[in-house]
Order: sequence, then structure tokens, then C-alpha cells
Amino acid sequence: MKSSLQKLVLALFFMPLPAMAEWALNMRQGVTPISQEIYQMHMVTLWVVTVIGVLVFGVMFWSIFHHRKSKGAKAAKFSHSTTVEIIWTIIPTVIIISLAIPATKLLIKMDDTSESAITIKATGSQWKWKYDYLDGVGEGITMFSSLDDKSKEISQRDSGLDPMDHEFYLRDVDEPIVLPINTKIRILTTSQDVIHAWWLPDLGWKRDAIPGFINDNWAVIEKTGTYRGKCTEICGAGHGYMPIVLKAVSMDDYIAWVDEKKIAQAASKNTSNIVLNMEELMTKGEGVYKAQCLVCHQANGQGLKGAFPSIVKSPIAIEPSNRMRHIQQIIYGKGLMPAFGEQLSDVDIASIVSFTRNAWGNNTGDIIQAKEVAEARKAPKVIK
Amino acid sequence: MSTLAHDDHHDHKPTGFKRWFFSTNHKDIGTLYLIFALTMFFVGGAMAMIIRAELFQPGLQFVDPQFYNSMVTVHALIMIFGAVMPAGVGLANWMIPLMIGAPDMALPRMNNMSFWILPFAFALLLSTLFMDGGAPAGGWTMYPPLVLQTGDAFPFLIFAVHFLGISSIMGAINIIATVFNMRAPGMTLMQMPLFVWTWVITSFLLIASLPVLAGGVTMLLTDKYFGTSFFDAAGGGDPVLFQHIFWFFGHPEVYILALPAFGIVSQIIPAFARKPLFGYASMVYATASIAILSFFVWAHHMFTVGLPIKGELFFMYATMLIAVPTGVKVFNWIATMWKGSMTFETPMLFSVAFVILFTIGGFSGLMLGITPVDFQYHDTYFVVAHFHYVLLTGAIFALMAAAYYWLPKWTGNMYDERLGKIHFWLSLISSNVLFFPQHFLGLAGMPRRIPDYNIQFADFNMISSIGGFAYGITQLLFVYIVIKCAMGGKKSRARSWEGAKGLEWEVPSPAPFHTFETPPKLTKKMIESLY
Repeated sequence: MKSSLQKLVLALFFMPLPAMAEWALNMRQGVTPISQEIYQMHMVTLWVVTVIGVLVFGVMFWSIFHHRKSKGAKAAKFSHSTTVEIIWTIIPTVIIISLAIPATKLLIKMDDTSESAITIKATGSQWKWKYDYLDGVGEGITMFSSLDDKSKEISQRDSGLDPMDHEFYLRDVDEPIVLPINTKIRILTTSQDVIHAWWLPDLGWKRDAIPGFINDNWAVIEKTGTYRGKCTEICGAGHGYMPIVLKAVSMDDYIAWVDEKKIAQAASKNTSNIVLNMEELMTKGEGVYKAQCLVCHQANGQGLKGAFPSIVKSPIAIEPSNRMRHIQQIIYGKGLMPAFGEQLSDVDIASIVSFTRNAWGNNTGDIIQAKEVAEARKAPKVIK
Repeated sequence: MSTLAHDDHHDHKPTGFKRWFFSTNHKDIGTLYLIFALTMFFVGGAMAMIIRAELFQPGLQFVDPQFYNSMVTVHALIMIFGAVMPAGVGLANWMIPLMIGAPDMALPRMNNMSFWILPFAFALLLSTLFMDGGAPAGGWTMYPPLVLQTGDAFPFLIFAVHFLGISSIMGAINIIATVFNMRAPGMTLMQMPLFVWTWVITSFLLIASLPVLAGGVTMLLTDKYFGTSFFDAAGGGDPVLFQHIFWFFGHPEVYILALPAFGIVSQIIPAFARKPLFGYASMVYATASIAILSFFVWAHHMFTVGLPIKGELFFMYATMLIAVPTGVKVFNWIATMWKGSMTFETPMLFSVAFVILFTIGGFSGLMLGITPVDFQYHDTYFVVAHFHYVLLTGAIFALMAAAYYWLPKWTGNMYDERLGKIHFWLSLISSNVLFFPQHFLGLAGMPRRIPDYNIQFADFNMISSIGGFAYGITQLLFVYIVIKCAMGGKKSRARSWEGAKGLEWEVPSPAPFHTFETPPKLTKKMIESLY
């Protein structure tokens, strides 16, 4: 606590206003026709309330400066005026109706997801996004997108690393989604566990991702570029750590990416024959651990008391009889722990299991190969 | 706050434990409520300081994300249920019987119970900070399925909410019973001070909305422990159903916090403008319209859940409609000031600031009500700025105004006007430094309820935190002013303020332990002087 206090006091004194920070004051205009209309609607409303504010507060301050006792003002006796009261009921009503009409039109336009060329589904889970390309060019692609490793390391408490050194701190992912420009894209949102929300400010909207339900929305991106957003519905400890990154490219580049991605996807599916030595497993395992497990189980493997169990000296991670249980717990998940079987390849899971059974003094000496994971996938479930 | 014995022979009162724990006296219970609310204001405020300290710079410096979420959650629950609501009920207890010429509340023993439930309810809630799995961390809105991941704290959260609901419902019944049955002979409903009116309407909101919340959280409880699946899609339920239930309570709740503030300001502005409240009848009707409309706008908190478009349009129109009666109230306050003979003691300063800053919160509220644009604002710091403008610089500023306005009546002493003004100006500046930049943060894309952020948000967060610390420290000055006033100072007359009107200023200051044991005879002239 004392060191925290010291840090705060030091920070207060030195006030390191970061040079890189943008002084963004207003909403982003975005890169879709809808997002620009939303921006216009926002600006119109902002100006309407600003003008009302200036007028109303102007009258008020005029009164404050002129109708004060110290200036000899004598209080008038009036206490109502039906005419005035009717006027100031009607004027706001008219203003509101004139705002509601364009808002209604815009909303109706946003609601129309028909005739989209590509459909993708964003599935939130604690704390990453899964994307399935369901329809159109790229159909069949499935990918997971979670916080980039650099952000993950910096974001650890007392990591000693400076968030200022990473331009896209907490706004970058390991694998961005790629989509073509000038194409109507339908984006479905849903969730595996708790409610999340999928938001890219540059597309102009956010939509909740709700378990058991599917929402849809659409966008036509008009400019190539990388667009960044975040989960916007509180979804647990990692809520601040599940960004969304979209790369908008030309249709040609998109088609090239789809081909590449499909080849890579086919290759990653078949890893059960890969054999690694202990050192290779530990290195790979540490990498996958950082990417997938660290947010809950922490860098030291000790988890967070009461919320996420420790792996250090945990019976599942050290007892030889629990080897199968250990592998299957990663494949199927347990309690709050999500299932990783679909997302991680055999060799990935093999390396995490090897890593966690040997790191932080667990020292079991166990070596788990991809083949054993492939077998565990087929074996009867030993966990509930 | 000692109430010195007066020449009234019947002014005997119990002392010590018996006086405060078994109290059936509306003034003592009012005092208990107010002290409790102030205490909770600091407990919730301490949590806000932790939040602002963590957000002072990017990176994680002080707390873990889970604990951060707990702070966000418990800060909200404490400020809403522990600070603002009890402060409002405390004022109602103290002032309503005095304002309508009644000897006490209609149901004094229930009054005692509705207060004493509160410390126990908050003991339940605050004990969760020390439990395995930590305090509730899913947001004060308690959305499932996330809230079902709460550890041992879960049942404590649910039962704390139940108790708070029971306490508030009893308080509301008491206020309605008092106002409808115990007005001084000759006082009609449309002659009551506006503070009394706003509290009657608030009481109906409480009675209508809190049972809905109680039902909703009970369904959470059975989902977690008894195998039901009201909110679990896998079992045929719907997580969004909870949000409908919650906000059917939650939106009226917003007005439960705001309407008493409207009432306070409607007492204070006429007093310091030395001029009757403009448009009394339209004030009453506007308050009632806001209350009724508040039951038809709940889904504007849920525009992004994927409502059908007809639903979105309905809730957008209904929400925008609220701007009309709210506008009427603001115009009436300004018309009351117009051609008055104003002085600006601390209560008036806080009231004027309330009118301006609450209106700014109303403006951003109107912006948020426009559905297509809300898709951008929703769950960002723009919303955080909006509701803190209406709740902190709105409701809490009005409560501060009320405290200064009636402190002389409660203690018999004038507070230190110079310190009061310093408190006001520091609060005004710091709260705006705290919350105004949050509009920019939200528009730039910073979501709510995140412990850490990109450097693009660093500057405004730092400014906001500095405002936050300044606001927090400033409130210690308020405690000092209240204690100083209770201990002594310039004696107040019965009518503490030159332009103050109403029956509460007809009894001596401090108000004796028992007042209006025989109902005051209200002449036509006296009734005219009430407003």
C-alpha cells in the first residue's frame, strides 16, 4: 500500500502527460455510410442541446446578475403564466419531434441486414473472440482472436513495463479478422458464456453478444485500414482485455488472404504426429500458456485466490494418475474454465500440459506428446 | 445534534441507547438516516478514490482487475442504496411532518425498523469484501450469467438487496400514510410544499418498482442454487429477461434519486429569490408525468441487446418525451429566479449549480435516448459522465443544498457561511474537472468498467482523477462544517432565512423534540405564505 501511495504521489508531482496521446474530443466519423450518418445525427443533437443550453443558461445568468438583492432588486409577485407555460411545453415538443424523425429513418436503415454478401459470426467468450465465416467468400474459416502477447505482458500488475511503449496497448490482437471493403457484411454476435458486446467505433455501432441468442447487424466499409474496438459489456476480470481488430482490405487482397488462411487452417488441424523434445515443449508451452491461460492462472501459475485455482502443486498438474484428467480439462473445460479443445491444436495442448507439469517447481518430468492429446480426445471423459 | 429543552413541558426525551436505538421520533430517525447516508457517502467515495487511482495512469498499478470490478460494483450499490436514498428518506423524515404540521410520521415504529434494517443490510454487503472470490464484481446491474459467477458473496448480495428493498418500501408506505392522513387541518394536497409532493410521488415509485427488483434477484438466487433457468438459454430461459426486469425497476429508481432533489431545489430557489415558486401546479403535474413516464422507458438502457425495431422506436420516443416535463421544471425554476431579489448563500449556490449541471446531464440523456446514436455511446464513459452529472452534480448537490438550508433548523445554529461557500466552489470545480472530460473519453471510445486503457485515453483520465481526488478531499470539509455547526455557532432564529416559507420555519430553531402536538390552525393567510 505504501509503495502504491508513493507511486501516486510521484505521478502527481511529475505529471508525465504522454506526448503520444491524442486529445480526441469528439465521436469518430467512422468508415461506413451508417457511421457517418450516426456522426451527423450526433452533431445535430449536440448543437441543438448546446444552443438550448446557451439560451436557457443565458437567461438564467442574466437574472442572476441583475435580479439580486445587493443590486436593489425588489421581488416581483407573479407566480404563474399559462401562456408562457404552454409555449415552453410546445417548443421542446417540436424540437424533439424534429430530432425523432431523422433518428427513425436512420434506425430503419440500420435494421436492414438483407442482401449481404458475406456473413461472419463473432462469438464472445471469457476473454477472447471467435470468428466463423459463415457465408460468402471465405466460408469455412474459423479463427480465434485474443489480446496480443505484448499487451498481455505489460498489463500484468507491477510488470515494470511501460504501457506508453506500446502504441496499441490493449487495442491489438494476435489475429485480426480480415474483411473486404465496399461489400455488405453481415455480422452476427453471440456468446459462449456471459454477455459480451462487440464494438468497432468506426463501423458506428455495438451489439451485445448474448449466450443462446444471435444478434445481427451489418456494415459496408468504404476505406481500407485497420480498425480497433473493444468488448463493451462487463464480462469478468478480463473485460478490459478483449479487443477487436478488423483489417479492411480490397476484394483481391481478401481473396488471397482467404486462400492462405484455408491452407494454414488445414495444416494446423493435423498436428498429432508432431514429436517435440522437452526443451521445445517447454518453450512452445510457455508461449501458449501466456496467450491462453495467463489472464486467469497468472504468470506465476498461482491463479487468484477464490477466483482462479493455482496450478502450482495442484494434484491435477503433478500426480501421474491425473495425466488424462489434466489433458481433458483443457479440452473440455471445467466450471468457469472454458473448453479449449476446439481452439487449440493437439500439439498446442500437449505443450501446455508439458509446460504446466514442469514449470514453477512442479517438476514432474512428464513429457506429453501431441499423439497423447489426440488419444485423449477420443477417450471417454474422465472429468464431469 | 442536541435538541435543547424548550419551555415546552412535554419536551422530555429518552437518552443514550434507548433514545437512538428504540427511537420512534421522526427527527431522531431522520438524523440517524442522514448520519448513516453521510457515512456511506464516504465508504462509497473511498471506493471511487481507488477506481480513480487505478485509472490515473495506463497500466495496472494498485489493484487486480477482479477487485477493480468489485469496486465499480460496490461503489454504485453503496452510493445509490446507502448514500443518496437514505439521505432523501432522512430529509423526508425530518421535514415532512414539520412541513405539513404533523406531530410525527404516521407509523413511528415501522419508521424505526426501516432505518435499522439498513446497517445490517450494508454489513451483509460490505462483509463480501473479505470473502473468498471477493465482493460482487458483475456491475451493480447484476446481469446474469456473469453475476452467477460470483463466489461466496452471491447470496449476501441478493439478501442485501432484499433488505434494502424492504427498508425502502416501509419508508415509502410511511411517507404516503403520513402525507395523506396527517396534514394540518385546512391544508389541501395542492397546498403542500413541493418537497412533500415530490416525496409522495417518489414513494409510489418505490412501492411499484422495488418488488420487481426483489422478484428479479430472487430468480437469480433460484437460478444459482435451485436449478431453475429463468435466465439461462440452455434451460429455455433468457438472460435478457433479467435486464427487462432490472430496468423496469432501474429506470424509476433513477427518478427515486432525482425527484426528491427536484423537491429540495423547489423549496430553496423561491426562498432565496424571495418570490413564490413559479408554476406550482405545473411543477406537481410535471413531477407526476415524469414518474409515470419513467415506467415506460426502461429498455433505453438496453438498446444494444437486439430489441425488435418497433421496440427500439417506442422506447426512443418515450424517452425523448421525458425531456418535455423535465424542461418545464427547469423553466419554472428559472422563472422563479426571474425578477426575484436574490441572495446567494450556500443552499442557493448549490441549487443554482444543480439546475445547470442537472440540465447538462439531461442534455446528454436526450442524446443517449436517440437509439441509432446510442449504439455508439452505450456502455462508454459518455454514459458514466451522463449519470454522474445527474446523480452527483444533480442529486448530491441538491442534498448538500438541503443540508445547508435546514442545518440551522436541525441544530439551532447557523453554519459557517464562509466555509460553506468554499465547500461549494471547490465541489463545483472539482466535480466538473472529474466528470466533464469523461464525455470526451466516451466519445473517443473508452468503454466503462475497465481497469486499464490505451495511452490514447491517458490525458483525460489523469485530469479526471485529479478532479476526483479534489472532490473527495473537499467533502471532508463538509463534515467539518456540519460538526462545527452542531457544536455551536451563531444562534438561528425560527425563520433561519429571510425568504424561507413554510410551517417548518414557524417552530423554534432547533426544532423541539416534539412539534405540532396540537395541529396548527391554518388561516388562509398562513396557507398563502406556504408557497
